[in-house]
Amino acid sequence: MRVMAQVAMVMNLDKCIGCHTCSVTCKQTWTNRPGSEYVWFNNVETKPGTGYPRRYEDQEKWKGGWTLNRRGGLTLKAGGRVRKLLGLFYNPDLPSLDDFYEPWTYDYQSLTTAPLSDSFPSARPKSQLTGRDMRPVHGPNWDDDLAGAAEYAIADPNLEGLSEQVRMEFEHAFMFYLPRICEHCLNPSCVASCPSGAMYKREEDGIVLVDQDRCRGWRFCVSGCPYKKVYFNHRTGKAEKCTFCYPRIEAGQPTICSETCVGRLRHLGVMLYDADAVLGAASAKDEKDLYEAQLSVFLDPEDPGVRAAAERDGIAHDWIEAARRSPVYALIKKHRVALPLHPEYRTMPMVWYVPPLSPVTDAVHATGYHDDDPDRVFAAIDALRVPMEYLANLFTAGDTAVVEGVLRKLTAMRAHMRALQLGDPPDRALLGQVGASAEDIEDLYRLLAIAKYDDRYVVPRVHAEGSGALMAQHCSLDYPGGVADLAAHDEDQRVAAPPPPPGPAPSGGGSRFRDSDGRVRFNLLGWNGSGPVPGLFDDGSGR
Amino acid sequence: MSSWDLWWWVILPYLALVTFVVGHVWRWRYDQFGWTSRSTQLQERRLLKWGGPLFHYGTFAAIAGHVMGILIPESFTRWLGVPEGTYRWFSSIGGTVAALAVALGVAILAFRRTAVPRVRATTSPVDWVALVLLAIVIVLGIVPTMGVNLFGAGYDYRRSVALWFRGLFAGAPDVAAISHAPLIYQVHATAAWAILAVWPFTRLVHAWSIPLWYLWRPFVLYRSRVPAHPTEPGTSGRRWRRIGARY
Repeated sequence: MRVMAQVAMVMNLDKCIGCHTCSVTCKQTWTNRPGSEYVWFNNVETKPGTGYPRRYEDQEKWKGGWTLNRRGGLTLKAGGRVRKLLGLFYNPDLPSLDDFYEPWTYDYQSLTTAPLSDSFPSARPKSQLTGRDMRPVHGPNWDDDLAGAAEYAIADPNLEGLSEQVRMEFEHAFMFYLPRICEHCLNPSCVASCPSGAMYKREEDGIVLVDQDRCRGWRFCVSGCPYKKVYFNHRTGKAEKCTFCYPRIEAGQPTICSETCVGRLRHLGVMLYDADAVLGAASAKDEKDLYEAQLSVFLDPEDPGVRAAAERDGIAHDWIEAARRSPVYALIKKHRVALPLHPEYRTMPMVWYVPPLSPVTDAVHATGYHDDDPDRVFAAIDALRVPMEYLANLFTAGDTAVVEGVLRKLTAMRAHMRALQLGDPPDRALLGQVGASAEDIEDLYRLLAIAKYDDRYVVPRVHAEGSGALMAQHCSLDYPGGVADLAAHDEDQRVAAPPPPPGPAPSGGGSRFRDSDGRVRFNLLGWNGSGPVPGLFDDGSGR
Repeated sequence: MSSWDLWWWVILPYLALVTFVVGHVWRWRYDQFGWTSRSTQLQERRLLKWGGPLFHYGTFAAIAGHVMGILIPESFTRWLGVPEGTYRWFSSIGGTVAALAVALGVAILAFRRTAVPRVRATTSPVDWVALVLLAIVIVLGIVPTMGVNLFGAGYDYRRSVALWFRGLFAGAPDVAAISHAPLIYQVHATAAWAILAVWPFTRLVHAWSIPLWYLWRPFVLYRSRVPAHPTEPGTSGRRWRRIGARY
């Protein structure tokens, strides 16, 4: 067992109102530069819908993620290493910009410079690629709130095999929002696809990053990621992706999408997992077993054996403590209400979702729902507006039993809390049916409904105690061999600091240092000119 | 040997070589961020699908042909027992196949770069320089390969151009050998030196980054967090200026 820590996210889809605040703040923070106009590290998709880029979930077309080969081994769906290198000059699986959209701006200046006229001046759309006039035919969230559903929503790859149940007539339409960021997978296929080795997973927190200095623009990460969350900056020729706001995470702050989330639906926390078990779990034979397989990789931080192993593997004590308080662990493993997005891609994603229940209740009220009758409570789930099969295609590789279990638990939580609020006796039978105690359900309620800031975000700071020494590099007022030299920012400069010179420190403001011959010298920099200057001149011992 | 010959056949090649080496060292150290293939497949894929592989694989074949014809001495192939006629036929037919691939590829790519607005917009001035030089070298390489050696009387460059070229690396370039070669070979060689001289300052540097390591490295890479260099004061964090950048 090799314990590693991962900062993970859970989004409670019941609470997403589709306001796109996360997308906008993310864009302002990370991708408001030329070349990244079309890059949305965070985007919110209306489901059913084609997603971004269009139909990215159709892996038979885009060949993202992993698959099992004939011998049952895990291989990249887009082909092996040799095939990748042979395809270096044309990547057959790369989406083109038109699958995203051609970024554009408007000729706003014409609004103020247009001559006086009877007709209104208009700002014409201009392509941000070429600067020429263009006609926007597709954009981010073009199908927001089921806009153009007859064309877009019906093309959702998750609707395959569901066409009879799903009708896009107004009376039967359903939708919910799916905010998406990079999944920071345990078994990232983008990292495995990068020929340059520029992409990596950080050991400390599992964040997947692109080394901008080592990326050579071979663009296989873009096609390798089944979630299409690695983008190609068309100005710099380098891949860019969601960074999980690592500078904020390092400082113990939530990501910017979480921080600004209006619905407060995002939870952040540490997960401990067994890195040695990842490959085996990702190779599960049946796609429907992948959810359980991934759950088995996660380690229980309450287990003293796990904690000891984590300490042994170099995970800091405060990180282990944070893992014990992790809301993400509670939602994923303890309560089992969060589900991974498309586990069948076999990348072991680490941004999980609590499936939405809200559309049910309306349907339930319409069918004469009565919460005294537990069978009626659960019967309503079968009559959901959002078909269970659709959610299962998104979150469990098609296994409706798991989704149904989660929805039952969420329904039971509502029934239980309603009873509590109204002073009714709690329904033990109802809780028994979902296999949860009253404390569990109330804890779940606290996490999902109350969701205080400190309960949603449990992010331990990075351990960077030594890096403050780097700050001295450009203000090296100190003596050579002191703090400034200690700045071990390069591997070749990792030398131990010399011992301090013997004897009392000299007065007069100057400091002393040991020169390359090992002799103690006086540093005139900072000398006030009045005190003694020991060792300014050679004492002659070298002769 | 005139001073004119000295300039074209000794000074220019060495200048180009020095620029090539020093330029690469400089670029590698100061502009890792700019070191990229700058793929434009995102903007345009239909033409690239044919142009990209044709050009690159054709170029590999052409480079292999140059190694065989210029770097490997005639005495070596004779020692191997390859008859002169066999070598001629092999080189002119192999060279023609490579030349056709490169020519077709570069024609598609040149059309793509000039006629597709999205691609054209990504091209920096230094790219245009490299592209024009490449075009010259390719055209002047194809003409002798096909026109002289396949259909024409043939010209034994292994007794002239090759001697001079190898001599450059031995420190004793045979100026007489190249100065008596046909003009087309001379211009081809000169344009090639010019390409080497601008090479480190263009996107051509991606040629040195063919990721062969990918064949045997582990799939998933882990790296631990390392403190980064503090930024140089007054540079707002950039240690480099991207070459040919307009912004």
